[in-house]
Amino acid sequence: MSEQLYGPHGLYGWMGRVLRVDLDRRRGEVLPLPESVRREYLGGRGLAGYFLRHSAVSACYALPCDDPDLPLVIAAGPLTGTDAPASSRCHIASRSPMTRAFGDASLGGRLGIELKHAGYDALVITGRANRLSGIEIDDGAVRVTDATALSGLPVPDVFSRLREARPSGAIACTGPAAENGCRFASIMADAYHSAARCGLGLVAGMRNLKYVAVRGTGSVPVADPAGLKSACEDILRLVNASPALTGGYGFSRYGTASLFDLMDSRRMMPTDNFRRTHFEHAGGLGAHALAARYHPVRRGSPTCPVQCKGIAGDGRPMPEYEALCGFSALIGNAMPELVMRANDFCACLGLDPVSASSALACHRELTGCEYEPDQVLALLLGMATGSGPNKSEARLGRELGQGAMRYAEDQDRPELAMHVKGLDLPPFDPRGGYGLALAYAVSTQGGSHLRANPLSHEVLRKPVATDRFSFSGKARMVRNAEDAHAVAESLTVCRHMLLAAGVEEYAKAYAAVTGLPPRDGGGAADLLLAGERICYQERMLNTHNGMTASDDDLPERFFTEAGSGTPEIPVPPVPRAEFLAARAAYYRVRGLDENGLPRRETAERLHLPWPLNAHGAALEEPDGQGRQGQGKGQGKGRWRG
Amino acid sequence: MSVRNSMTGQDSMTGQLRKYAGKLVAAGLCAPGEPLFAALDAELCFSHAGDPREGLAREVIQGLGAVALLLAEPVGPCQAAMRLQAERALAADEAFVTPGDCETRTFLHDLPVVRGLDPKGITDALSRRKGCIVLEQGRVLMAAAGSMSPEQPFVTASSMAFACFVAWFDSHLRDARSGTLTPARREEFRVLRALVDEDQARPPQALPELMPGPFADAGQARAAMIQAGRAVVEYGLVDSSFGNVSCRQTAPEGELLLISQTGSSLDELAGCIDPCRMDGSSCVGLTASSEYTAHKAVYDGGAARTILHGHPRFAVILSMDCGKPDCPGLGNCHRACATPRAVEDAACGLCVPIVPGEVGTGSFGLCNTLPPALTENGGRPGAIVYGHGLFATGAQDFRDAFATLFNVERFCREEYFRRVAALGGA
Repeated sequence: MSEQLYGPHGLYGWMGRVLRVDLDRRRGEVLPLPESVRREYLGGRGLAGYFLRHSAVSACYALPCDDPDLPLVIAAGPLTGTDAPASSRCHIASRSPMTRAFGDASLGGRLGIELKHAGYDALVITGRANRLSGIEIDDGAVRVTDATALSGLPVPDVFSRLREARPSGAIACTGPAAENGCRFASIMADAYHSAARCGLGLVAGMRNLKYVAVRGTGSVPVADPAGLKSACEDILRLVNASPALTGGYGFSRYGTASLFDLMDSRRMMPTDNFRRTHFEHAGGLGAHALAARYHPVRRGSPTCPVQCKGIAGDGRPMPEYEALCGFSALIGNAMPELVMRANDFCACLGLDPVSASSALACHRELTGCEYEPDQVLALLLGMATGSGPNKSEARLGRELGQGAMRYAEDQDRPELAMHVKGLDLPPFDPRGGYGLALAYAVSTQGGSHLRANPLSHEVLRKPVATDRFSFSGKARMVRNAEDAHAVAESLTVCRHMLLAAGVEEYAKAYAAVTGLPPRDGGGAADLLLAGERICYQERMLNTHNGMTASDDDLPERFFTEAGSGTPEIPVPPVPRAEFLAARAAYYRVRGLDENGLPRRETAERLHLPWPLNAHGAALEEPDGQGRQGQGKGQGKGRWRG
Repeated sequence: MSVRNSMTGQDSMTGQLRKYAGKLVAAGLCAPGEPLFAALDAELCFSHAGDPREGLAREVIQGLGAVALLLAEPVGPCQAAMRLQAERALAADEAFVTPGDCETRTFLHDLPVVRGLDPKGITDALSRRKGCIVLEQGRVLMAAAGSMSPEQPFVTASSMAFACFVAWFDSHLRDARSGTLTPARREEFRVLRALVDEDQARPPQALPELMPGPFADAGQARAAMIQAGRAVVEYGLVDSSFGNVSCRQTAPEGELLLISQTGSSLDELAGCIDPCRMDGSSCVGLTASSEYTAHKAVYDGGAARTILHGHPRFAVILSMDCGKPDCPGLGNCHRACATPRAVEDAACGLCVPIVPGEVGTGSFGLCNTLPPALTENGGRPGAIVYGHGLFATGAQDFRDAFATLFNVERFCREEYFRRVAALGGA
């Protein structure tokens, strides 16, 4: 190992240690983080995937979400705790109760920083506590605490109680939704930040884990402070040149809600459960109208130059774009106050607003009902707590709390759930962006645009504008963007930064922080190779979880029904044949077989170990028809969990 | 508005490659038929067949996993300026050229120099930077890649040519001021000057016929913006997709600030103009130019109805010329120069202030420095942002704004050569 990777007090960038806490035994142990793992998986999302692959797959079978051996991983990145812009985040991952796939979410606030300052790159949580518990980490001291007194409390009350005893440091916790089996329960951090998607709150709830509190007094050594300063200047210069981030209508002024008017004008705003793509009441709901009414102040994570979080004058969180659209256009509501209240309910109850609003929209289409404001709030309460003002709403809330996909299947109308792999689509209509359509379909997470964020070029024109109604070139664009986003989320940089800076600029920061030479491990090419590895690792995990090309698809509606176009902007259905051709092209450029399954050759090129069966022999490659090894004899075995 | 694509993906991509190759030629940066674009989606395609560099392009683009690659040999003064700086960098054992203009500082950072048509060297350089200079048998080649679209290497190559041109003439004037020019450098200057004179004959010499204002409605204002934007490119007053244009226009829905979208090409503005409300009540301007905030402040603070922003080369070069070599603020001139400066011609009453400022917003953003320069003391017809470009205002249409761009650049070119001659650098 190169000596220059060590500062006077240890590593540069990484802390070199992972804390593993077993809730069964109520104890923690510290494990080393080897250099090869650091270099190949970086941190954050990559490191979380690494620990899941090594812990969650036993003898080639994937563990179910409620298996105590399935870890919940919280991982910081090598830049976390340094001055690198927007790098203070961490990443949370496990197997999603919504999708059966790799489930993950980026989390702002101080949790990542405190974890690093306490001396750890990651926290791996296994086991199941016998009662509601918390994990408290104060530098080297680790305790599993009794959290039963916090049971059922809304998230703000949990924070208030915990802050009395722990006035400093970071706190992440779940709300009532996680305790009551809601599949899209979220994890909240430092009051306003959320890891909302994929139901990771439920994974914590299944382990009787209520909160994690971390306080560290250390620091993160930086190999080349002057180099980092220069890299930060390069990045901040690009941030200041980014209209989407810091322009007159940018996220720094209005948060992501500034997308609302744009999405409607581009005829991409999902309305009435994606039946239409234009909302006639959008004018009174835009970010400017909300700001005039609720007088928000801007907040954000440490080191973030954008500060895209908004807190209303009355203390409620301002809705991000997804919640704003989800609780208005998607469910046919034109009242801004209902959006504010529904968004606040989600924050208090620990619900993902995307999945919550998607479930409401699905039910509305299925029944033809129109919601009263109180009914929306009652159903949110029912989703999170199983209770409500009356029995029927409580029961319906519980059913919707299993997610739109399961609810629609139970009602024999599966086509009315707008999801990919079980994860509800965020409110960006794929008929308005064909790169977006492809990215949704092939996302290892399920219905999320953020794996590749094609809105960046198809709508926001960065790094350049592309034709949003064409699949030309989109397969490789999606793959390249997926790799870049995997790098960002492993470093752990806010993905919004990629609207301004790129891996090129963050590589300079990475090399300066870690001391890795730009031509030997610390360059953009090295990072992008790690990004490719991280994406492929998730593909392999999903194959273990039983997924094939049939899961890489969109709801039928998008291929058969037109959006709400205009003569200038027609929005026809996504052409199915072109979509399938683009997906096949994506599989080729991603190094997958024609059924979207991993190839041993690609895995080996990326230094990803090919899985072994229970006898220690390598599994067969899938046969290209979607059929997998049948587990007969040496060298064979099944991928499916 | 996006243009619908009825072609197959591969045909569409080839069409894009040819389009951007043609734009490099039209800008006078490359010879007809010379730029080789390659694009890789599931399959590889080229802008034209039979190019001997196909193998090199194939190896580099596949090594990078990029969507698009450009290999293009600049011509005229850009070829000479780029070659001389690349040779100088290698002679000084530097691996890159670092021009000081705004585009390089913000987007390119530096330009790696690669010796010879070495696929590995080019791939390595392009894995770190958007573009690189390849020095091969006394000529330079620009190599640039993009992870999304052929437009990326096109923009990069255009910026590289601009940056090297500006950097060479800027350094010559600086060295003339410091008295460090050698006879060989003066000879280089004579060659470059001849090439510039030859190049200047290419664009039209007389002012264009632009639509007169005031404009009846937003549609007419958009048409005027499209026309003015095309003229700025045609006259060589801006390269690649930089620059922007805006117009303040009354409309039934209220007062509008019509402005070109971020990353739009000024010669292709149809469908790329955002209607921002002057009262800020809609966020559809999220995709507006990164200089939207500065444009808005100019309109808020004065009587201008139009703004035209280009990157005329000699205006940019003169903005970087300074007679204070011992200034304590050296190194921060681009963002915090405290000395009032201007391009002035007493003979015709020309006075164009030069202000510091970085792209967009932020503490050092030109949104803080440009609006006062254009609006204070009754307003000025134009202002130059250090190392960046010229912003010109119009009273009711783009005719006066364009004339300011055109005339200031013409004056700056003459003034540059006058200064060099006066310093003994010719």
